[in-house]
Amino acid sequence: MHPAVSVIIFTVLSGAGFGAIFWLGIGVGGDATPLVRFLAAVVAAGISVAGLVSSTFHLGHPERAWRAFSQWRTSWLSREGVLAVATLAAFGATALLDFTGSSAGRWAAGLAAVLAITTVYSTAMIYAQLKTVPLWNRWLTAASFLGFALSSGFTLAAALTGAGTFHGISATAACLFLLCAAWVIKLWWTVDGKRDTLSSRGISTGNATGLGGQGTVRLFEGPHSGENYLTREMVHKIGRKHAGKLRLIAVVTGLLAAGFAAAVVHLSGLSSRWLAVSLILQLAGLFVERWLFFAEAKHTVSLYYE
Amino acid sequence: MTSLPQHTERKLGLVIDLDVCVGCHACVVNCKEWNTGGGSPLADVDAYGTEPSGAWLNRIHTFEISPHNGPAQIVHFPKSCLHCEDAPCVTVCPTGASYKRSKDGIVLVDESLCIGCGLCAWACPYGAREMDPVEKVMKKCTLCVDRIYNENLVAEDRVPACVRTCPANARHFGDFADPHSDVSRMTRERGGYDLLPEMGTKPVNKYLPPRAKAKANESLPQTAQATGFLSWLDRALERLG
Repeated sequence: MHPAVSVIIFTVLSGAGFGAIFWLGIGVGGDATPLVRFLAAVVAAGISVAGLVSSTFHLGHPERAWRAFSQWRTSWLSREGVLAVATLAAFGATALLDFTGSSAGRWAAGLAAVLAITTVYSTAMIYAQLKTVPLWNRWLTAASFLGFALSSGFTLAAALTGAGTFHGISATAACLFLLCAAWVIKLWWTVDGKRDTLSSRGISTGNATGLGGQGTVRLFEGPHSGENYLTREMVHKIGRKHAGKLRLIAVVTGLLAAGFAAAVVHLSGLSSRWLAVSLILQLAGLFVERWLFFAEAKHTVSLYYE
Repeated sequence: MTSLPQHTERKLGLVIDLDVCVGCHACVVNCKEWNTGGGSPLADVDAYGTEPSGAWLNRIHTFEISPHNGPAQIVHFPKSCLHCEDAPCVTVCPTGASYKRSKDGIVLVDESLCIGCGLCAWACPYGAREMDPVEKVMKKCTLCVDRIYNENLVAEDRVPACVRTCPANARHFGDFADPHSDVSRMTRERGGYDLLPEMGTKPVNKYLPPRAKAKANESLPQTAQATGFLSWLDRALERLG
């Protein structure tokens, strides 16, 4: 599948932003001053919004994007839009109530946290629902999106608020744990994805054409001499060429370097604000990871071209 | 609404006969021509340049089948929207632009609602939808909805342009909900099948398989049966080692 930069930025940033909203909502940074908490909320919401705005750049008609709020009964993309706005509304109310010292803020915060995690789940389901792309069509896709959102979101929330501990656990240690857990899920996703492919699901050019019973089927002459929308969007192969190297870059940056940066903060006893370094490395790694998520995914349409 | 209808009164669609299609691409061209003549043209970019690209609603792939024994066979394979009963392109649409009509089962796009997100094209297993490179909205086969009910046309023209133009009669249009229609009968008699039934889309369009060919290698002349002078020559040459 074509890795559109706007969609990569969208999934990575809105994952981190809504992940941070979840953690701030359940009390990470509760030990910071009201002003710091308010500013942290503004930045977390801002990163989520930046991600959402980025997603509109790949639309043919971004001026009609508001129409996407209407079909939440059937469409995960519509649900994602509705939930994102609901999360931001609840979180905005939380930040204001919290800043004014009202106790109702706690309820709004809990609601914002639940909505934030549901938003990330909906984002993942846009991809995980597609039977046409077996690499994505697995529950592990949702688990992986949630893992990275919780990990990068926690790092963001802790770095913004300078959180010391959360329910007695050191924030830097929690950051390290979540980072490792997210990548373990991703490793599981990757290994499982090697087994669960179009061919392992018994889908080939043979049954895409229905001619497989008569022998081996291959494309003899394409329907068009140049590229078209389908080949650019769904038969994209360029990104796969350096997949091995890119995977290494993603793991070295997003896991090893980011983990090392967080470990240094943890062991040296620096303020968790220094987790910002780890966050930048995590996001850099996630951009590469997300590129591969698209580039390596094979769509059934490609069967009609091979 | 992007909810699919529980039931459609009619199931209009096509039967495509892979035994008959000669791969002339006339249906492809006439589809483009008819659907560009209306209010919403199917655009091209760089049409006369080195990298032409554009939106088409019907494409012909050509496949080679290599049986385990016997010579290879070429099959021309037209592909357009299959107007699925359980159309995933409709339910994923976030705006309600994609819909399936309960009246006749045709899957259509309301272009004024389309935001051009492309998710419907990702959800379609068959590659039946293409983004218009100029209008930036999704285009797809309408089953020539502006022909089939058009009383300004003579009766024989009230079929999709691809069906009307096919010089080999490889494409047939009709109602699959009616068990006595030509398309239902052809599907029954010739073993019409669904593309990628694994995807659970329940396509309305059906494909008729190529008929079994006479075994070409069995009818080849056998040189060992030669008689007369050729028989003598054969034996003489054998003796030379």
